[in-house]
Amino acid sequence: MSNSETPPSLYAAREPVFPKRVSGSFRNLKWGLMIFTLGIYYLTPWVRWDRGPNLPDQAVLIDLAHRRFFFFWIEIWPHEFYFIAGLLIMAGLGLFLFTSALGRVWCGYACPQTVWTDLYILVERWIEGDRNARLRLHRQKKLDFRKARLRVTKWIAWLLIGLATGGAWVFYFADAPTLLVDLFTGNAHPVAYSTLLVLTTTTFLFGGFFREQVCIYACPWPRIQAAMMDEDTLTVAYREWRGEPRGRGKKREGLGDCIDCNACVNVCPMGIDIRDGQQMECTTCALCIDACDEIMAKVGKPRGLVDYLALSDEPNERAGKPPKNVWKHVFRPRTILYTTLWSLVGFGLIFALFIRADIDMTVAPVRNPTFVTLSDGSIRNTYDVRLRNKNGEDRPFHLSITGDLALRIQLEGTANETVSVPPDSTKLQRVYIVATKTSEAAANETTDVRIWVEDTASGERAFVDTIFNGRAN
Amino acid sequence: MNDDKFEKDFETTGHSWDGIEEYNKPLPRWWVWVFYLTIIWAIGYSIAYPAWPMLQRATPGLLAFSTRAEVAAEIAAVDEANAAINAQLVATELTEISANVELNTYAANAGRAVFLTWCAQCHGSGAAGAKGYPNLLDDDWLWGGDIQAVHESVSYGIRNEQSDMARWSEMPAFGEILEATEIDQVVNYVMSLSGDPKDASLVDAGAVVFADNCSACHADDATGDRFQGAPNLKDAIWLFGGDFDTLKATVTDSRFGVMPAWEGRLSQAEIRAVSAYVHQLGGGE
Repeated sequence: MSNSETPPSLYAAREPVFPKRVSGSFRNLKWGLMIFTLGIYYLTPWVRWDRGPNLPDQAVLIDLAHRRFFFFWIEIWPHEFYFIAGLLIMAGLGLFLFTSALGRVWCGYACPQTVWTDLYILVERWIEGDRNARLRLHRQKKLDFRKARLRVTKWIAWLLIGLATGGAWVFYFADAPTLLVDLFTGNAHPVAYSTLLVLTTTTFLFGGFFREQVCIYACPWPRIQAAMMDEDTLTVAYREWRGEPRGRGKKREGLGDCIDCNACVNVCPMGIDIRDGQQMECTTCALCIDACDEIMAKVGKPRGLVDYLALSDEPNERAGKPPKNVWKHVFRPRTILYTTLWSLVGFGLIFALFIRADIDMTVAPVRNPTFVTLSDGSIRNTYDVRLRNKNGEDRPFHLSITGDLALRIQLEGTANETVSVPPDSTKLQRVYIVATKTSEAAANETTDVRIWVEDTASGERAFVDTIFNGRAN
Repeated sequence: MNDDKFEKDFETTGHSWDGIEEYNKPLPRWWVWVFYLTIIWAIGYSIAYPAWPMLQRATPGLLAFSTRAEVAAEIAAVDEANAAINAQLVATELTEISANVELNTYAANAGRAVFLTWCAQCHGSGAAGAKGYPNLLDDDWLWGGDIQAVHESVSYGIRNEQSDMARWSEMPAFGEILEATEIDQVVNYVMSLSGDPKDASLVDAGAVVFADNCSACHADDATGDRFQGAPNLKDAIWLFGGDFDTLKATVTDSRFGVMPAWEGRLSQAEIRAVSAYVHQLGGGE
């Protein structure tokens, strides 16, 4: 093909892939993971969690309208978004950890694209038959009744799965039982319907038709992962030194263990040949391991011609020595560092979660102007204080200051220092701090002030340190 | 590995960096179809939406889409959504607004918007005023600081020609009435009321000048008269400045500010909202 007289085509049609059914330990693991992950996804919105009369009883709920995220006993407010950021950082570090230890284990076992494609292929096999039947159907040019029936049945099944997938998604954003009724009666929010439509369509197309092309052309992760992997990373590979030269037939003289049966190629959902070595397309789904093990058992050879291998073991194995212990590959400075970082973020988040109070405030000092002179010459500063009541009922909040004794606190709109904050909401309160004309605070540039808020019903307190600006400012 | 096999299958671009070569693999064909689809989409889009520049303006598009019309529709929708609470705001006694939490929150927020649009030019975005423009945050008011007085000032303005109801008063230019020495005396007296005079020896004489010329408006005890908008001269707050030179200029040439009437320019609901907002800035009485 290196002939420059006839340049290769710039475009190539997709090579259809017809993965063959396979059984084995990795396949079983993947079935288990599929049931587990899809189960979590589809069932979580239906779990109930009692939070009292004023709050929703859905265990996991992203309430965009009221800007609340409910997760069992945890309630996250918008200003606590760092919890979400922290979880995303943990997810990122977790991905680094797993990739450096086990290669593209996320891609092969847990990525939604992989899991749903796997489910779609399963449905395809139930309806159209295994690889050979599907190949025949594909090659059959004439669209007869049988082909049409099989195709339409398959697409309807795929669409129903897609519908359930999009449906499950919107249930995370509203009360699931109410929304389910609303969806059927046509009373749901248009956004719910459009989300449902978009997710049904994308699930249908990505799981049914795009499949491996999403991984190859659309996903950035295969490109990034190379930076996470090194010679100690366990990844799916072919023991070339054991298998080559490959060859068919009973006469095995001069031949390796590979009988060139193409079982590993036929089961591959990415349509590649693992014997070509590590390649970007491989998601390490490990189905070729199962396929090859089955064949090796039949021809009476040891398993593991295709197996989880580390690159660093190759010289040892070629020399006929046993490979390093798996744990020695897994526990190395890199994975220990990732685990440490991951744990640190995790402990930090848990710590932050436990020290969180049910009352809270932020203080925004008004700096336009920095201070106001009153008739009697005293100096007043203004603060916009946002009081947060995370309880399910009304709470009286008492504000006070500690620090300079010459300072007095006043609240706009009320003569005393207590305001009532409605349940599960915030109140913006304009707060004044006044220093008498002759006080030091009035004359100085700045004075440190600590504003306290106390829930007089429960005794819970919180404080914010801020600054009082005097005339010298 | 099977390097030979790859070299047979694919050409490389011919580039080599440290021995790393780049494959020249073909694009997926559906990708090209998506590209053609975007071109077709673009043609349809340019027919449906404003697109092609003409001499006067761009082609309007079949869907008659216009961002200006969208903004107008959004404003109309907000106005409609607020119609009920605006009506309630107009119907409620001014002094009763703060008792209704929902109404008060609305008034304060709407009033802030009105203030930043129409009032901030003179009174400042923080309502702290400037020289000659009253600070609305403090507890000193020329014409009264309860919400009704604020509402009246906003509605009719101060010393303007637009409204018959405008509050009106004028301080004479005492440069033509008093001797220069008398002005020095009275300025020192006024300074002594809230702080230290420049020349304490003139204070007693100034008190006499004040009683004869100024007390009619600023009151015998110099606490001013809100009915005439005459400032309180005993407090720590000065509209133009409390130093000797500024006060002397004020007495000699007289000063007074002008504020436009907002009735007719703003809706009654807007005027009430901005009155409520200003009343809650910290100085309201």
